[in-house]
Amino acid sequence: MDAAKVLIVDDEPNIVLAIEFLLQREGYRTEKAYDGIQALEVAEAFQPDILILDVMMPGLNGFEVGQKIRQMPALEYTKIIFLTAKGTQRDKETGYASGAEMYMIKPFDNEELVAAVNEMMAYG
Amino acid sequence: MGLSVVVGCSLAYISLLFLIAWWVDKRATELRPGIVSSPYVYALSLAVYCTAWTFFGSVGRATTGGLSFLGVYLGPTLLAPLWFMLLRKIILISKNQRITSIADFISARYGKSTNIGVMVTLIAVLGIVPYISIQLKAVTFGINTLTHFGEAAPAPKPHFWQDAAFWVTLAMALFTVVFGTRKLDPNERHEGLVAAIAFESIVKLIAFIMVGVFVTFGLYNGFDDLFGKALQQEQTARMFTFSGSGITPFSWNMLMLLSLFAIILLPRQFHISVVENTHPRQITKAMWVFPLYLLLINIFVLPVAMAGKMAFGDTIHPDTYVLSIPLSQGANWLALIAFIGGFSAATSMIVVEATALSIMFSNHVVVPLLIKTRLFGQGKDMVDGASRLLDIRRICIMLMLFLAYLYQKSVGSTYDLVSVGLISFTAAAQLAPSLIGGIYWKRGTRQGAITGLAIGFLFWAYCLPLPSMAQAGIISDEFVKNGLFGLSFLKPYSLFGLSGLDPITHAAFWSLLFNTWFYSIVSINSKPSMLNLTQADLFVNISKYIGRQDSDILKREAKVSELRNMLNRFLGEQRTIAMFQEYESMNQVKLGQQQLAQADLVNFAETHLAGAIGAASARLVLDSVVKEEAITMDEVMRILEQTREAVEHGRLMEAKNAELKTLTLQLTTANDQLKNLDRLKADFITTVTHELRTPVTSIKSLSKIILDYSDELDDNRKQEYLRILVMESDRISRLINQVLDIEKIQSNEAPLNLDTVNLSDLVRQAARGMEQMFAEKQVTIRLHGTDKPNNLRADRDRLMQVIVNLLSNALKFCNPEDGQIDVELEQSGDKMLLRVRDNGLGIPPTMQQLIFEKFTQLHSQTQGKPHGTGLGLFITKSIVEKHGGSIRVESHSVAVPQGAMFEVRIPV
Amino acid sequence: MADDRSARLLLTFCLFLLLLNYPLLTIVDKTELWFGFPALYFYMFLVWGIMIFVIAQIVKQRKKKP
Repeated sequence: MDAAKVLIVDDEPNIVLAIEFLLQREGYRTEKAYDGIQALEVAEAFQPDILILDVMMPGLNGFEVGQKIRQMPALEYTKIIFLTAKGTQRDKETGYASGAEMYMIKPFDNEELVAAVNEMMAYG
Repeated sequence: MGLSVVVGCSLAYISLLFLIAWWVDKRATELRPGIVSSPYVYALSLAVYCTAWTFFGSVGRATTGGLSFLGVYLGPTLLAPLWFMLLRKIILISKNQRITSIADFISARYGKSTNIGVMVTLIAVLGIVPYISIQLKAVTFGINTLTHFGEAAPAPKPHFWQDAAFWVTLAMALFTVVFGTRKLDPNERHEGLVAAIAFESIVKLIAFIMVGVFVTFGLYNGFDDLFGKALQQEQTARMFTFSGSGITPFSWNMLMLLSLFAIILLPRQFHISVVENTHPRQITKAMWVFPLYLLLINIFVLPVAMAGKMAFGDTIHPDTYVLSIPLSQGANWLALIAFIGGFSAATSMIVVEATALSIMFSNHVVVPLLIKTRLFGQGKDMVDGASRLLDIRRICIMLMLFLAYLYQKSVGSTYDLVSVGLISFTAAAQLAPSLIGGIYWKRGTRQGAITGLAIGFLFWAYCLPLPSMAQAGIISDEFVKNGLFGLSFLKPYSLFGLSGLDPITHAAFWSLLFNTWFYSIVSINSKPSMLNLTQADLFVNISKYIGRQDSDILKREAKVSELRNMLNRFLGEQRTIAMFQEYESMNQVKLGQQQLAQADLVNFAETHLAGAIGAASARLVLDSVVKEEAITMDEVMRILEQTREAVEHGRLMEAKNAELKTLTLQLTTANDQLKNLDRLKADFITTVTHELRTPVTSIKSLSKIILDYSDELDDNRKQEYLRILVMESDRISRLINQVLDIEKIQSNEAPLNLDTVNLSDLVRQAARGMEQMFAEKQVTIRLHGTDKPNNLRADRDRLMQVIVNLLSNALKFCNPEDGQIDVELEQSGDKMLLRVRDNGLGIPPTMQQLIFEKFTQLHSQTQGKPHGTGLGLFITKSIVEKHGGSIRVESHSVAVPQGAMFEVRIPV
Repeated sequence: MADDRSARLLLTFCLFLLLLNYPLLTIVDKTELWFGFPALYFYMFLVWGIMIFVIAQIVKQRKKKP
């Protein structure tokens, strides 16, 4: 079986760098994008199994990206994890309404993030 | 023997128990090392497993089933070696989560589900009622045997107040209420109770062995003699073997399996072995002491049964042999001791079982109901929840014992002790798939547990208690004879045509089969909720979480005052204060000053509350005051502090390196500065922490990576990550500095230090200071109108800050190819004008007002995200306004890059 | 070390599960006396006692090691 693919989208390169490292050492194939519009382009080509998505980004915000992804038939099975500093209940509801499977809040715990991704792949 | 003697002895015995409990509790409050922490006391208290069923019933069972009664004790013994893994894990989880009952445990595992809590409670209560009823029955017939031995059985009395069983029930209920609900302990630990139970275990063991020795060595000349004679008679020779007693291999297996589950799953066993456990260390000794106890109490069962059978034949009910053999020999004193032994077995069972069930019932059924119907009151109309909680438990105990009395009156009287007890064992076994799956199988979901429990319970109810009620004539027995709706495959004793098994084995087989099957299949096909997932991980991988407070992915916060009010209601004021003090000293913080309680305090409160009202209820209660927020100031501080320590500690990175030093220094200052921010208004803090999150996220994650995976990183990577850490902590320091700046400017703490300032000089000085930066980006700067002094009255340092801010802003946004910045000074009337113009992309009209607000940042197309804090212009504006001036921006179009021009006007 | 103990305990469980079950029980399920005790009674309590002894030994071991 091919390694599972994860697309990391965040406008903070340093955060992308950290997540990339964490997931690659677990054996995931990763791709990255630094804003919403780029995220959509990369997602279409890369066909990720899991999309880790920041919310506050230039261009399209994460919620909008999530909604757009949900409308793309080719990405029907892509699971979305929001990873954001926006932590209010309302943000969370918006997140889930935008098609997310999980909503995590920054700063995240390395092990928890990896566990979440692993779980998600296991239940896929 | 007179009734007064029997009652008098019983009362004296109960008083002794009270004395023990009182003495132990008193010692406990004096903080002396508890007796209860002894592993022997723990092992003895586990012997609450041996009830009147063991004391009277085993003998009765042996007369019909031979040695099969041993299965009930061999099952737990077999499991004992696994306690080291299984029970220890359950205890660790329970201590971590402050679990108060088995219902709490299972509901907590599946996402703190209220529904599961209710289901488990109902299964436990309904399942255990028959079990309690046999204790009542045993005590009642014990009294009857002692007072009416050799006479005809007393005729049934027409009124309940003439019924001995009724008075026994009432006495037991009162005893339990007084004993089990004296105080509300946040951990549900009752040291006095445990000590009394351990004492009772000794009493019943000695009493039974005395009877055994009396029979074996008094009436007969030892085992040889007794067994030799028994072999001669057909009615006792049968008891030598399983085949002679009609025990099939399968029913033997099932009996062991049921008992093996029972030792953990019966509410009272869970309570004693898990909730009352003082330290997991106690287990290792209990692993062999407890089986030894079981062995000892069983040695004489078969001899007594055989002796009774040989002496009385079928004239006396075998369940009473333990009393009637001494009585028939005129050894009344021994009969009385035997009765006290059986009495202590019954009381210990009832007290612990009823206490455990009442905790469950109040925490999982009554409290959630009260919370939902808001009967506890809101806000100021608080009700003293603590005393109300105890009242609820007292009522629960009364109700349960009354139910047991009814069951005994209507159904229990037609069956022997062990048969009724096994009905309860089968009910308790229904919890096995959800519990064992819950701690070893992460995939088990709430939906799976609900379905499994419900179906297992239905099969149990249909195959065991319902037919027994039918046979007692309470409901029509039509469905027992011909199956439900006349469908013969629905006959409760031979479901789906499976016949040839005894009712217990039959019911246990079907109910556990369907229970397990549906639990697994529904779990696999359902999606767990987020909370379910985190709890599953916590339960299955408990070792990973031990000693860690922040196990929740969701970080929550609440107002300290609201939290306090809520805790007052459930824990009482004194305990709430104590809890907050504990927290303050543990974390070395003062809570009074903080508006918001941080996540770990909320978790702390939740676990304490869970101790009083159960995990699911605690969650429900907390949801009403807690809003889920990501992070607070203190958490930022904590992360920084941790990172700093980690980095300092991380000399493993072979570094005497300058960057490391800068980093440590920066994190320390950032931390110190953050402490000063305490004074800032709450809303401002929320905004700032929001901005802090981004750098903190990188720092937290990357520093953890460096520490955890040091071996996997090459030096280049390490250096790169370290560089980022320095950069990000720099970002934090900058942000904090600016926030402090704003605070200073806006509050009147630091008034302007007005002086005559030569603005031309100031601009030149600023430009010179930034020369290096301009050169790096190859930007040219041109000054206009600096040939004259352009004096004005202002705060020199602040004004310098304005100029530098504007210049660095312009530098950031000017044309990257051919950057050009123009600074222009001009006096216009009584105002001094300072203009800074760049040749970048300009600012869209919609943004022109916003950029002066806090935390607004422009993203330039070419450069990606600028590395600023979003506070520079806000500070600039604040300073200018403080001088009585104004600031504006002019920028026409983004399409045709004309740059932006900032204009500051300050009165001369 | 702790893992060693777990493995030993697990083995103990398996061994005695076997000893206390069919088909082995059919060997002693006889109406006769062994040393003055019913055969099944004698066997059961003997196995039981041995099991308690074995558990106690496994659990104790740890103290000897530093």
